[in-house]
Amino acid sequence: MSDLLAARSQMGVSLAFHIVFAVIGIAMPLMMVLAERRWQVTGHAIYLDLAKRWAKGTAILFAVGAVSGTVLSFELGLLWPRFMEFAGPIIGMPFSLEGFAFFTEAIFLGIYLYGWDRISSRAHLWAGVAVALSGTASGVFVVIANAWMNAPAGFELVNGQAVHVDPIAAMANAAAVSQTLHMTLAAYAATGFAVAGIHAFLLLKDPANAFHRRALEIALMVGAPAAVLQPISGDISARHIAAHQPVKLAAAEALFRTQASAPLTLGGWPDVAARETRFGVEVPYALSLLAFHDPHAVVKGLDLVPESDWPNVPAVHLSFQVMVAVGSYLALLALWTVWLAWRRADLAHNRWLLRAIALATPMGFIAVEAGWMVTELGRQPWVIYGVLKTRDAVTPMPGLVVAFVTFTLLYCFLGVIVVWLLYRHIIRSPAVPEWRGFYMPPGRGERGAGSST
Amino acid sequence: MAWVLYAARARGAGSGEQHVTLADLLAGIVFVVLNAYAVLGGADFGGGVWDLLAFGPRRERQRELIAEAIGPVWEANHVWLILAIVLLFTCFPPAFARLGTLLHIPLSLVLIGIALRGSAFTFWRYGADQEQRQWGMVFAVASLITPFLLGTTAGAIASGALVGGGGATPGDSLTVAGDGFYTIYVAPWLSPFPLSVGLFALIAFAFLAAVYLTLEARERELQEDFRRRALAAGIGLFLAAVVALLLSLDGAPRVRDGLIFAAWALPLHLLTAAAAITALAALWVRRWRAARVAAVTQVSLILWGWALSQYPYILPPDLSIAGAAAPAATLRLALGALALGGAVLLPSLYYLFRVFKGSARTT
Repeated sequence: MSDLLAARSQMGVSLAFHIVFAVIGIAMPLMMVLAERRWQVTGHAIYLDLAKRWAKGTAILFAVGAVSGTVLSFELGLLWPRFMEFAGPIIGMPFSLEGFAFFTEAIFLGIYLYGWDRISSRAHLWAGVAVALSGTASGVFVVIANAWMNAPAGFELVNGQAVHVDPIAAMANAAAVSQTLHMTLAAYAATGFAVAGIHAFLLLKDPANAFHRRALEIALMVGAPAAVLQPISGDISARHIAAHQPVKLAAAEALFRTQASAPLTLGGWPDVAARETRFGVEVPYALSLLAFHDPHAVVKGLDLVPESDWPNVPAVHLSFQVMVAVGSYLALLALWTVWLAWRRADLAHNRWLLRAIALATPMGFIAVEAGWMVTELGRQPWVIYGVLKTRDAVTPMPGLVVAFVTFTLLYCFLGVIVVWLLYRHIIRSPAVPEWRGFYMPPGRGERGAGSST
Repeated sequence: MAWVLYAARARGAGSGEQHVTLADLLAGIVFVVLNAYAVLGGADFGGGVWDLLAFGPRRERQRELIAEAIGPVWEANHVWLILAIVLLFTCFPPAFARLGTLLHIPLSLVLIGIALRGSAFTFWRYGADQEQRQWGMVFAVASLITPFLLGTTAGAIASGALVGGGGATPGDSLTVAGDGFYTIYVAPWLSPFPLSVGLFALIAFAFLAAVYLTLEARERELQEDFRRRALAAGIGLFLAAVVALLLSLDGAPRVRDGLIFAAWALPLHLLTAAAAITALAALWVRRWRAARVAAVTQVSLILWGWALSQYPYILPPDLSIAGAAAPAATLRLALGALALGGAVLLPSLYYLFRVFKGSARTT
């Protein structure tokens, strides 16, 4: 394994690991706050139990997200010192703001987790809101920095040096809005459906369990609207990359030849040597229509640049297909759920819906990982699109495969433990016999009723 | 802080620059953030050390006290390090690039330590009884190794061994001469002086933790346990400082010249010594609050002594603060972001510590 490949693999593994916790860190606090609010309004202890369980889950996942994020902030310098030396002054700003947002999140999470008996219930709820808001803000700032790598702005290149650096213009890069929107919605959709899926699965086994029913409702409240909106945000993203990152779009759609009235290729395997995609289904005009909202528009193909500047076309195409397929499934499932909820149907007794939701448990995260592969692999061989190649950014330090293997093992170890802890503490049904009854007994109406824990 | 910078500037007055620059100010702020990490996050490391060394009849109660004290502030205390890193790569990118390249090995080990420690602490809090002790062990051992290596990297910086050919040109600054792997990537930190700084950092963090824990403890016996530990660590800290200073004679010429011969050296040493003696005396007469203030002052002064001794270099011997600084537009905005972030952060931090560490604490 070459040092460049080892460095890319280590960064890839670190990000693939961290992104899961980052996404949960954005959406989980919102669910925890919604549950606490429901408890304050209804006074029923089932919601307090939910809020506390989700807070515990947030604590465990936040801790792992915090350490893997710390690792990443160092890895930028350990693996890509030349990238950071160039990009630091231009794009350090959102990282600094992210630092503050993350700091705020950590502070209020500490207050939320340990402050149940120390501050008023109103202050406690607001601490939770602060966690949810700052978690989302820190995600937005990091994605802005990534968007800049795709659509660099805010500097001029003179003899390989960045001059006239303007960090504000760098933050306001062309990809910032579409990417942050897409990633934030993805965080809510993925986390919401993962939690809903787990509780749907448990409801299928234990249909009368009121605890899982309430958990399912709140999780769907967070996940479903985001999943419905995500295709719109996907359209914005697609039109952005069609205009600004044509090679990425061409790789994602496996379009080898620049053409007008371009068809959309569903599935298939791109044969790079033959410059064609085999076994795919072509929908005429569809790609031009999707990319430019015009069936006759010219879509640029991979022939735009020499093959040495192509990304790994099969990997990008496959990732893109997976993301779109999974995202569509979640969007349709969300529409179905919203439709049933609109008609006030009983979601928790609709076994087909529960099965479909249970199936969706891992899907949001699969889509997140696949979408991230599209944006990162699709930008290769550039680390800063059109400005700096990945191979020119890597550290001169030899023997990077050792670090890659070590960190991969570390992440595997942490991953196994997190899953096990979540199972033990968050997912398992609570042992409160009364909550097994489907129809919840009315709360005592007073604030804090039933807070035995 | 401005005063400190002016004092340092007075020393380098011969160089022709007359006033504190924006880059100096931001370097100072990065160091303030590191200082906060040392006295807050560092004490969390120290807590892990005392968890590992817990003994005697109140062993379990000592461990519970440590976990209680760390719990609510744990995550926040550790974000100081991330903040220092992002400010470093925003404002002084060549320094960050060089650190990442030449200290790849110890920093990777620090990261493994941080990852294991942070997650072990949470797993320990939320794990079931039978596995808690194992997580406690992981937490404690990682608490020993991580600060030691962090101190070692600081020692490597101070020793002036991180030479990578200066300049801010991408691609050029990192080309290392045809030396062997060991000379470039290992020798700068695996040397007597950096290792002695590692030991010093470990003892300093343990000292801070023990001093803070005398305040956290509600029971007399526990207070006495940590008082004895704090006194022992305070004396150990003095010995470690002497060892590091002796090794600096040969291993860190800039630190040596700064800490021994500079004009500001004597007053700084007197102040540090006064803080150290105050801390030990306050512990002796059981004035916990005074001991805490004095211990924080002592450790902070030692850190600033290091910073001053290598000023105006961010990475001695050749990368100066001015040479490593990002363009002025970036520095100005970073200062703005710091003001904005500080306006959110400082009241939140105050609230956090008031809720959990305030004097009105019940129980």
